Amino acid sequence: MNRWILLFFVACFSQTANAVLKIDITEGIEGATPIAIIPFQWNSATRLKDSDISEIVSSDLARSGKFSPVAEKSLLARPQRPEDIHFKTWRVAGVDHLVIGSVQMVANDSFKVEFRLFNVYRGEQVLGYSFNATSATLRTTAHQISDLIFEKLTGLPGAFNSRIAYVTSSGKPVEYRLQVADTDGYNPQTLLTSKEPIMSPVWSPDGSRVAYVSFESGLSAIFIHDIHKGTREKIASFKGINSAPAWSPDGKTMAMTLSKDGNADIYIISLQTRALRRLTSHWSIDTEAAWMPDSNSLVFTSSRSGKPQLYELSLDQGSRPKRLTFEGKYNSNASVSADGKAIAFVHSANNSYKIAVLYTDTRVMQVLTEGPLDESPDFAPNGTMILYASQDKGKAVLAAVSTDGRQKQRLALSDGEVREPSWAAKRK
Amino acid sequence: MKIITMKSSVFALVMALLISGCTTGVQPDSEAGADAGAGAEDGEYETGATVGTIGDGGAFTGSALEGMTISYEKNAINDPGNVLSIKTIYFDYDSSELSDDDAEVVKHHGKYLALNSDASMRLEGHTDERGTREYNIALADRRAQSIKKLLLFQGASSSQITIISYGEEKPAALGHDEDAWKLNRRAELVYE
Repeated sequence: MNRWILLFFVACFSQTANAVLKIDITEGIEGATPIAIIPFQWNSATRLKDSDISEIVSSDLARSGKFSPVAEKSLLARPQRPEDIHFKTWRVAGVDHLVIGSVQMVANDSFKVEFRLFNVYRGEQVLGYSFNATSATLRTTAHQISDLIFEKLTGLPGAFNSRIAYVTSSGKPVEYRLQVADTDGYNPQTLLTSKEPIMSPVWSPDGSRVAYVSFESGLSAIFIHDIHKGTREKIASFKGINSAPAWSPDGKTMAMTLSKDGNADIYIISLQTRALRRLTSHWSIDTEAAWMPDSNSLVFTSSRSGKPQLYELSLDQGSRPKRLTFEGKYNSNASVSADGKAIAFVHSANNSYKIAVLYTDTRVMQVLTEGPLDESPDFAPNGTMILYASQDKGKAVLAAVSTDGRQKQRLALSDGEVREPSWAAKRK
Repeated sequence: MKIITMKSSVFALVMALLISGCTTGVQPDSEAGADAGAGAEDGEYETGATVGTIGDGGAFTGSALEGMTISYEKNAINDPGNVLSIKTIYFDYDSSELSDDDAEVVKHHGKYLALNSDASMRLEGHTDERGTREYNIALADRRAQSIKKLLLFQGASSSQITIISYGEEKPAALGHDEDAWKLNRRAELVYE
């Protein structure tokens, strides 16, 4: 069953000093699968700071809400080789799975990382990989290991080895920053700093670019920023608002909100030809488009019924919007899961704004968070979690909730406010 | 049509005051009844929010224009006693309608722009932090648009006015309660 795959990585970014998002799991670990992750053995190499692979994997799996890693100090034994594992001991302790691994320095700044996943009850290895890495890519390797373990044990693709984008603000006068970081908040990089607001960051489907709105010129404009080249392109700077960019899943089209023809309406622009097509034409507010997975229809917010509600609209000529939400008087800012089965959005009741999910087949709505000022929901690429913006003691923080609402976590900056998270479908 | 909507909004205010008996300190839930009658779209929501504002004795100032001078001279906009010194217009939650008094103020600004063709105005729309950011960009744009319509009606030229919508991104007051929110639901008329 051993599958050995060799992977090579290129350092993507230079390391810069930036405030790191700190993650705390705030609610719910019951029902999670117990897994023991033995600290990886470092052969002929000094353990690098912030690159403790077993710790990174443990924390990734714990954050998913689906696993409950055994605390390092509670480990019954620390086997290093498969033949050292005494499965019966782990079985008695109620541990379902066990991971061992090693990091070997093979040359200057060149490491070989190996790991093996065992099913404790069957007493056999179910997964084993080897990677090549440098000190700059060890964390990425750890997230890949988390993804492989997650996928093997849940059947769902992992979403750890990816990036998140978000906007921070701090200081007086306020300085706005557009940042991208690993999904655990590490390695933050600043793409843009501005004295004027930055809004609505969203990843391209391939994870190489971020679209956003910047007010740096004094008026709003939509940009597409290549995170590796560090170059950017202005996509829309029409008279009026240029807002809410949304990449179609096939990467060919971008939906946006413009008011150039008088009032906020949804438009789509071809990223190849730049041809602009107006999709809605209504006196009320139409905005916050989110694509369905087939790239042929959109969910958007409209106040055409008097208050904001979600509607779905096909791109086919002559289609009319179909109302999706009926509970409550404020339902807005949809994020559609990659399989199209669930739509996350902001739902307000009793003057509290909460994250809710609408299941597209049953039309059942479930409220997932407590409020009072939760917003900007964004599905993790595998649909298991929703990242969103929240307030904690008057301060803007990010938070995540598992789609079943059982597990919650908070991602806060020690200094400054953070909002509008977007989770890339993949790392590139 | 504009006048009818404004009058009905004032009527709603008065009715709300009568019904609530001018309760001070009691902060009516601005989403009262949101769970009951799911899907219904009526005006209670708006009214509830308005009563809260008045109860707090806040942004809504019934006699703001009394005793103010009216002049459209070149530097009238810098005279603190002139009606043109009122350069911030406040709104109800999720609304872009102006009160009669505010419409009156805006009309004076429109006349000023019409008589001073070299004057230009940056019209900034804002919302409070509640609700979603991009919806708020659209809402704040609507607030600025409703003011621009009145300015144009008085003879101002479209080329004199630049609208920029900031949504909830640039609050005038920090804080996470109605005291801050009522100051943030605004449009600012900035002469350039």
